[in-house]
Amino acid sequence: MAWFNKIAKGIQQQKPKEIPDGLWLKCESCQEIIYRKELEKKLWVCPNCGFHIKIDASRYLQILSDENSFQEKDALLRSTDPLNFSDSKSYPERVKEAVKKTGLNSALLSGTCTISGIRVSLAIMDFRFIGGSMGSVVGEKVARAIERAIELKIPLLIVCASGGARMQEGILSLMQMAKTSALLSILSEKKLPYLTILTNPTTAGVMASYASLGDVIIAEPKALLGFAGPRVIKQTIGKELPENFQTSEFFREHGFIDIIAERKNLKVVVSQLLKYLYLPK
Amino acid sequence: MGEYFLAFEKPLYELRQKVQELREQQALSALDLSRELNSLEEKLKNMQRKVYSNLSRWERVQVARHPNRPTSLEYIKNMVENFVELSGDRNFRDDKAVITGLGMIGTHKVAFIGQEKGKGTNDKIFRNFGMMHPEGYRKALRVMHLAQKFGLPIVILIDTPGAYPGIGAEERGQAEAIARNQFEMAQLKTPIVIVIIGEGASGGALGIGLGDVILMLENSWYSVISPEGCAAILWRDRGEAPKAAQALRLCATDLMELKMIDRILPEPPGGAHWDPITAINTVKIEISNELDKLKNIPYPQLIQARINKYRVMGAWEEN
Repeated sequence: MAWFNKIAKGIQQQKPKEIPDGLWLKCESCQEIIYRKELEKKLWVCPNCGFHIKIDASRYLQILSDENSFQEKDALLRSTDPLNFSDSKSYPERVKEAVKKTGLNSALLSGTCTISGIRVSLAIMDFRFIGGSMGSVVGEKVARAIERAIELKIPLLIVCASGGARMQEGILSLMQMAKTSALLSILSEKKLPYLTILTNPTTAGVMASYASLGDVIIAEPKALLGFAGPRVIKQTIGKELPENFQTSEFFREHGFIDIIAERKNLKVVVSQLLKYLYLPK
Repeated sequence: MGEYFLAFEKPLYELRQKVQELREQQALSALDLSRELNSLEEKLKNMQRKVYSNLSRWERVQVARHPNRPTSLEYIKNMVENFVELSGDRNFRDDKAVITGLGMIGTHKVAFIGQEKGKGTNDKIFRNFGMMHPEGYRKALRVMHLAQKFGLPIVILIDTPGAYPGIGAEERGQAEAIARNQFEMAQLKTPIVIVIIGEGASGGALGIGLGDVILMLENSWYSVISPEGCAAILWRDRGEAPKAAQALRLCATDLMELKMIDRILPEPPGGAHWDPITAINTVKIEISNELDKLKNIPYPQLIQARINKYRVMGAWEEN
């Protein structure tokens, strides 16, 4: 059976993780085959089961911002290799591949735009870029997005999608948590609203810093959220994990999320909140 | 001290055994063995220096985890006078993985927070191996707010293999607790001195780790993930932890080079566990000095400097 296992494994490894090309696509949650155009129309939410498929930063930008209002900032920031880190591949090689794959320089797209006419400082993470991991560049871009909000006296919105801090930058990645959290404390003193949208997945270092610090926290349905990964928890406690553990719904139930909003409603929810928290009475 | 030693410490223990035997002999006999004794003791010191100056990063991680390495409780006993322990987060329960209280360090009244891993199996279980739950971070924050209210500086000892990954920890918002602490600590209107005394594992450490001065003991480590965790993800094998430790550059000298900490505190030859009192005394003096320097800085300036300290951390290019 060895040959069969090998082939089966090979097929498994080719399983698509992000949106693949092709006319017909299979929902990774309910396995339903769906026409691509239909999915596009539904903002990449499965029409059969409502599963929110991962989408990249530019698609979130389209969904959230007013047309032609976005001005990108800090696009040229790129990772260096402060630790000279290498595992099976060198870190610069990994970054290079991610740049090639995504056409982005980092795992975060940022700038200013208007949302229903309200100008905001916006940052959107892109999970395709090394799992949306936060290294120095992501941390710095978030920091600058916070400072931009302070300088222009406008609200801040961050769309999160990340497996956590980027291991390849070691302690420097960890300190991005402190850096972003510390700067958010200034934004808060200035009474400028900060909203976060948590998407699948938002965990570890990002969840344990700016993702959890929104004045109002919104999440897409059934996103995987949390501090520790489910596998680590399962190994630690040696028990099966409860159903729905670490989903958006789980965290709303336990008091850590304000609103669960479907993708098509994100813009409306954000606009409404900004009207209450930001616009003059 | 128990008989536990690390592989590379074996020759040191053997030599120390000899010194002790010779000392006993000297006590019993009329012969003057002091010259032999002195030269043997000198040899031991040199050997300790030699062995310890050439440790790999993974070996240093072993030293940081040494069962005989002094933990927060021993620091409290030997460094903090008139300690009054305070308990609980006023919300859920008292987390035993972190000890909080008020006390004197030298001439300074301080609020003290220290992660405690425990010694011996039962105590370790009682302390949850120094792995805090959300209520631990909230307990620490409560005491920090108390310190701010009554104008006491905050001294924090870090020694944790990580924040606890469990069901209850997630239910009670481990990530939120760690995030909130960093956010709040950035604005605290009182000085904060941090010392990493053993293990500084990721968010578990940083959750009480934002401050004005960050000191690190020579044989402690601090990184974004434990070597085992990193090895499991990047090498798909926890057994590759030595490689991961090397790659992560997690030792005190690394962090100093990377400008992530303010100073390295030297340990006695052979590490803190060979002579805990000397190690603790060094930490006490250094904390006292730092508090002297920080106490006269007006707090708006203090907070601005604290935030700026983190603002500049990171490495990138932009062109």
